[in-house]
Amino acid sequence: MSETAIQAAAETPPASPMRGYWRSVFARLGRDPITLCFAVVVLAIVLAALAAPLIAPFDPYQQSIIGRLKPPGWRGHPLGTDELGRDLLSRLLYGGRISLLMGLAPVLIATLIGGTLGMIGGFAGRLANTAIMRTMDVFYAFPSVLLAVAISGAMGGGIGNGILSLSLVFTPAMCRIAETASAQVKHLDYIEAARASGASAARILRHHVLGNVLGPVLIYASSLVSVSILLASGLSFLGLGVQPPEPDWGLMLSTLRQSLYVDPLGCALPGIAIFTTSVCFNLLSDGVRRAMDVRA
Amino acid sequence: MSATPMSTALADPRDRGGPAQPMLIARGLRRYFRLKGRGQAVRAVDDVSFTVFKGETLGVVGESGCGKSTLARLLLHLLVPQAGEMVFDGDLVGAARGIGIAALRQQVQMVFQDSAASLNPRMPVRDSIAFGPLAAGQSRAAARQTAEALLQQVGLRPDLFGPRYPHELSGGQKQRVNIARALALGPRMVILDEAVSALDKSVEAQVLNLLRDLKRRLNLTYLFISHDLNVVRYISERVLVMYLGQVVELGPATAVFAAPRHPYTRALLASRLSMDADRRTLEPPLQGDPPSPIDAPSGCRFRTRCPCAEAVCASRAPPLGHWEDRASHIAACHMATQGSGHTLAGAG
Amino acid sequence: MLGFVIRRILFAIPIALGVSVVCFSLVYLAPGDPLQTVLPPDATAETIAIVRHAYGFDRPIPVQYLIWLWHVLQGDFGRSIATRRLVSLEVSGALANTAMLALFAAPLSFGLGAAMGAIAGWYPGRAIDRLVTGAAVIGVSLPNYWLGIVLVILFAVEFMVLPASGMGQSGSAAFSLWRWSDARFLVLPVLTLAMIPIGIIARSTRAAVAEVRGLDFVTTLRAIGLGEGAVLRHVLKNAAPPVLAVMGLQFGYLVGGSILVETVFTWPGSGFLLNKAIINRDIPVLQGTILALSLIFVATNLVVDLLQAALDPRIRRR
Repeated sequence: MSETAIQAAAETPPASPMRGYWRSVFARLGRDPITLCFAVVVLAIVLAALAAPLIAPFDPYQQSIIGRLKPPGWRGHPLGTDELGRDLLSRLLYGGRISLLMGLAPVLIATLIGGTLGMIGGFAGRLANTAIMRTMDVFYAFPSVLLAVAISGAMGGGIGNGILSLSLVFTPAMCRIAETASAQVKHLDYIEAARASGASAARILRHHVLGNVLGPVLIYASSLVSVSILLASGLSFLGLGVQPPEPDWGLMLSTLRQSLYVDPLGCALPGIAIFTTSVCFNLLSDGVRRAMDVRA
Repeated sequence: MSATPMSTALADPRDRGGPAQPMLIARGLRRYFRLKGRGQAVRAVDDVSFTVFKGETLGVVGESGCGKSTLARLLLHLLVPQAGEMVFDGDLVGAARGIGIAALRQQVQMVFQDSAASLNPRMPVRDSIAFGPLAAGQSRAAARQTAEALLQQVGLRPDLFGPRYPHELSGGQKQRVNIARALALGPRMVILDEAVSALDKSVEAQVLNLLRDLKRRLNLTYLFISHDLNVVRYISERVLVMYLGQVVELGPATAVFAAPRHPYTRALLASRLSMDADRRTLEPPLQGDPPSPIDAPSGCRFRTRCPCAEAVCASRAPPLGHWEDRASHIAACHMATQGSGHTLAGAG
Repeated sequence: MLGFVIRRILFAIPIALGVSVVCFSLVYLAPGDPLQTVLPPDATAETIAIVRHAYGFDRPIPVQYLIWLWHVLQGDFGRSIATRRLVSLEVSGALANTAMLALFAAPLSFGLGAAMGAIAGWYPGRAIDRLVTGAAVIGVSLPNYWLGIVLVILFAVEFMVLPASGMGQSGSAAFSLWRWSDARFLVLPVLTLAMIPIGIIARSTRAAVAEVRGLDFVTTLRAIGLGEGAVLRHVLKNAAPPVLAVMGLQFGYLVGGSILVETVFTWPGSGFLLNKAIINRDIPVLQGTILALSLIFVATNLVVDLLQAALDPRIRRR
């Protein structure tokens, strides 16, 4: 856009002061202090996890036979130690990296795969649509926890398998949302006009359909992050996700549970971490939805 | 490439057949829509044939639901015809040695009725216009230039209107943008599907004049689809009347409007509002809605609403008659055919 | 209506078949030869061949699937590798225990969630709305396995008023709801299980009630002089179908998704059985449990769809 064009546009009595959808979304977000607060907390959690090697007071793997299950403050351990004498705060910080990874990666993968499949399925002919959507229906017919447990249970534990199974859990719902949005625009005249101009299907999808699909898909993805963090930690809690001795909130919860009667506080801490992260992502997502849902 | 107007038809290097070769010949086009869950089909376009000559405007009229829009989409292969063939400037469309669909779409473009729905709401209109040239392989800068030149041609200042989004434009401005978009690939023929129908009367006149002006400057050929007879009469040289997916009358505009030969055309003309109190007709206006195209009446499809229907109309479908050249005036009515068995045959 | 019922049931059949294909393929997701789970590590090549033939693993996979499906349709899920008991017996016993949890958690969470949501939706923007909305977010963000642990810390460790885990001395077979010494084992698992559905149902009820409350017909009802109580009844009736759909889905989750809560409380239900099967790599039990739970989920969805159609005539036409 040239300088003069912007000026000329600014001089005309503008029909709407804000140009472009995304700018107006960010403007609305900026006027929502509560959502911004939670965004800051989420950012802090993510930064703390990323900066774990810099700020963690101890090596999260360093065990100590004499220092097991010690209370906060014992020999400089701010939150005490776990059942193998490892520093709890350091493990919580390092655990955040894996827990966040396992929470975010499946949503990202499901958004990419499910979103693309759904967009194609909504735009394509009846045959491709049926093939894609009926397959998705089958996976949609499982309760999400059950499907995640079944797949990672069969494939065995590990971060990779956990991410894979959760991605598979989220893909069908994402696909349905993208399909609905894509099918909505499929028969609009501007798509026909684009076809008439000789553009390839891929080009039309990218320039004309994607814009319509992106909104609903991103709103849904943001609401999935919290679910994904809960489910991922749940898998690790069952011994299906992250494997010892890696630090992970769900896994810490499961191992510290054995010493429930001795050290109830230590047992509560990883849960508080999961809960806080999940609540903040949830409220952040609500704010994003409100900012994006307003019809201009 | 073609933002610059061509001076004459002969100067267009794409003109292969010369002025005598029709721009587009459609023969026996057919498209039925299968109804979900039932064995029936809607006969949206049923055995439609016609010819469009270079440089002319062929008007297509009919009530809503008669298959006009389906016909437009068939011509561009936005819908694939189930039968029939098309010849564009002497080349068979879709045939191995003829012209491909992609090449056809470079030369035939379309303007849609709903000016709002036919522009992507998330794109500045300049980008909407540049989309076709970009898809056709032009560079970003060239496509942008084409778009701005076209905005100028349709009477919108490029610097002012180019960066705007569709919701910031009026209906008439949007339709001007749509016309610019249709011209962006430098077509030789433009299909206007109810292109001015949704506009206010004053705006409609402006856009009609723009279309006439563009046609002369760019040497275009129009297929002008509308339900508004006054508009069709104003812009067309020849007129084609459709009823329930079929052609019922075809002829020069002056002849069709002065002496309609099909009772349906007569009824359409009679039901049109006239400002002139002396020109009121005694023809009965059309009664009721057209019958469902799912189970169209036997024989002549118009007989259920025709004031002159007789037994022969139910038993046999009237042929459209023999078409020879652009001066031919033909109608699919037993009354227009000598010896058809209708008591009024030859009288109309 | 009958046409809709038949169509909807016919639609569920391919879904159920698809679910069975997924369950069957779990064997092949497992790394290594599925035979490894049944064979001793020092088995000779000859033994392996015999066992392979006996289990039908030498046939093409589609044939194996059809044979498996045929057995499943007759209620034969095979035998547990760990206990050698019939899978069908193991699964049905565990399902009964899971159903007991779900049948208590469902009315608790549905009633509480709907009531909270209706109040919040009736007074949108007021303090009570904020309170309910906040509580609902907390409910859906709580890791319920952690909530279970916290409840155990509080009520079993600190106050020592409720048992921490299991089903009590009488065990699964003799468990009686009518004896407090048994029934008290239910309290904490049911509370824990109900937490997430309470949040979700409160949220969707609030949204539905708030939306219906703003519709024109409500103004009309007031204009013709109906009392607030009668208006509320009309609003709730119109807000019911979408909430009902959510409830149905949540009931499915209560049955199929209780694995975490059952593990926390060592409640011998289907989720606990599933967890054991995974630890023991007991593939027949794994398959059987997942198939049973997901088919229950499919059936629940079917029933909800039909109920919704019965309540809302617009849905039938789709």
